[in-house]
Amino acid sequence: MKKKLLSLFTVMLLLMTSFPVSARAEEASSEAPAVPKTGVTINVYNWGEYISNGVDDTIDVNKEFTKRTGIEVNYTTFDSNESLYSKLASGGASYDVIIPSDYMISKLKDEGLIQKIDFQNVPNFQYIDEEFRNQEYDKTNEYSVPYTWGVVGIFYNKKYVKEKVDSWKILWDEKYAGKILMFDNPRDAFGIAQKLLGYSFNSTNPSEWEEAASLLKKQKPLVQAYVMDQIFDKMANGEAWLAPYYAGDAATLVKDNPDIGFAIPTKEGTNFFVDAMCIPTSAQHKKEAEAYINFLCEPEIAAANMDYIGYSTPESAAKKLLPEEVVNDPIRYPDQSILDRSEAFVNLPDDNNMLLDTLWAEVKMGGPGQTAMLVAVLAGFLAVYIGIVIYKKVKAKRELQ
Amino acid sequence: MKTLSRFYIFLIFLFLYAPIFVLIIFSFNDSATMSRSVWSGFSMKWYSKLFQDRMLLEALRNTLVIALIASVVSTVLGTSAAIGINAMNRWMKRVVMNITNFPMVNPEIVTGVSLMLLFVFAARGMGNASLGMISLILAHITFCLPYVILSVMPKLRQMDPHLYEAAQDLGCNPVSALFKVVLPEIMPGVITGMIMAFTLSIDDFVISYFTSGTTQTLPIFIYSMTRKRISPEINALSTLLFGTIMVLLLIINFRNNKENKAEIAGEEEMGR
Repeated sequence: MKKKLLSLFTVMLLLMTSFPVSARAEEASSEAPAVPKTGVTINVYNWGEYISNGVDDTIDVNKEFTKRTGIEVNYTTFDSNESLYSKLASGGASYDVIIPSDYMISKLKDEGLIQKIDFQNVPNFQYIDEEFRNQEYDKTNEYSVPYTWGVVGIFYNKKYVKEKVDSWKILWDEKYAGKILMFDNPRDAFGIAQKLLGYSFNSTNPSEWEEAASLLKKQKPLVQAYVMDQIFDKMANGEAWLAPYYAGDAATLVKDNPDIGFAIPTKEGTNFFVDAMCIPTSAQHKKEAEAYINFLCEPEIAAANMDYIGYSTPESAAKKLLPEEVVNDPIRYPDQSILDRSEAFVNLPDDNNMLLDTLWAEVKMGGPGQTAMLVAVLAGFLAVYIGIVIYKKVKAKRELQ
Repeated sequence: MKTLSRFYIFLIFLFLYAPIFVLIIFSFNDSATMSRSVWSGFSMKWYSKLFQDRMLLEALRNTLVIALIASVVSTVLGTSAAIGINAMNRWMKRVVMNITNFPMVNPEIVTGVSLMLLFVFAARGMGNASLGMISLILAHITFCLPYVILSVMPKLRQMDPHLYEAAQDLGCNPVSALFKVVLPEIMPGVITGMIMAFTLSIDDFVISYFTSGTTQTLPIFIYSMTRKRISPEINALSTLLFGTIMVLLLIINFRNNKENKAEIAGEEEMGR
């Protein structure tokens, strides 16, 4: 037995130690670091799969940063703005650079969770195009530096969807019942309904939100599923024909599937989003964080990142370094006329957010009818349980007698 | 009847293993779109990408380091606790066992949040330290402990309590009696507990999610990919992990068989 245990753990140890060793060997083989290590490690928190990571001869951005500045990077990832927020708000984790989306930036700013950036230390901010500065979420542009941007559009399968896709209305078309996918996050899903009704995404009027909710409830019988990343598979194998998603992800899906098209609904306008770099108030290495932000703004690095992510860059200088067909791609870099018609999310007041949460729960749960059903099922279980208990008691009594 | 029962067994294994086989097959899929459902040819490219992905390997290393430390520490703590509990009187034993079992039925999310609050509170006291590796290891030890105790206890109960006394009669002091008699007797339970702790620690998501601070484990890394798409690299990695564990189990089983046979042969010889 002891031998078994020993062998198990030697194997585990071997497995574990082999990783750092191979990593070290790699470092040694590349050129010597240009700058000696400063001993500082910054904590970076970004979206999953949202940076060029060195696979397949791309630039390993974090490693490159360490090489040039001597600052180590502890890079971790999150799945949604909301989980980023809960991590920051609960304390216990101090990050130096975070990359939230527009509406989350205004929320963090309002709550004092991010601090002003010293733009003296971010000279590369000059590369950021004028139209991406001073956005609604950060009007004076003191807290954030744009990283990526994009718009929301509709993926459709050309084999089955023959008509022209230019309106969100198509997602309510009964012809495609059961073949429609929908966003599995409240802001994006409600946004589509709001645009269809002609309202602003950032409306603070409760009745407008309720109207949007009832529109979504009407759509629910036609919707196959509320999903996020699964749309790639469901669209690629023809399981679903229509799905709204972020334009940046279109590139990968459309390129290899000639049947799949992507359209930006021009009739009602769409959502324009920005993910931008910020420094939390609890950051412990502000100077180094600014150096990192500055580094990500360098056109060559920005271009490498965009090449990997597929989203659009806010820097004209970086665009020049990207392949021609990418820059001229109307999906990734849509016309100014489309951008003029689109709107960005800003943070909603607290009571509005609460309303949104309850309405979204209602849409997904399916209203009071299903609550009654749930209660009935639970009551049924309870009745069966009580029945069994009583039966056993009676039986035990009889046996005693 | 026999065919029916065979068919039933077949169905059970199908449901258990079909997902894993699909995962393994798609780890060899040669698709540029990272598709997980359209087959487009055989390739090993996800495996080569896997070993280039520094972030993924780091998350894997964190996970393994945490699992190893947590399982060893919780086994040592849990085994000694079980021996102690076993020596208590009946009433105390029942109370303490209930207390140790409670964390197992407690929903993970409650454990996770409460541990996070505790760690944040403690970290504030230590000058705003950030949660990370240490808090993760502590949390994992915490939720592994009851499982170790639970798997060691039955072995202790099965053991003849006079064995320990006999060992002392024959000249062992309490410590050597523990190591020479008690521990070998309960070893299967200890090992089961350790393996259980190890696997629980590797795939824990909820508690890690709340206590991880700025450290990232593999489950958290995979979950964070869901906005864009979960890369087939993960399929490749899972295949490798599955294969490793499979080989380990096979080796252990073969050795077990050999040992058993050797023992039986030895006993037969003694009998003669």
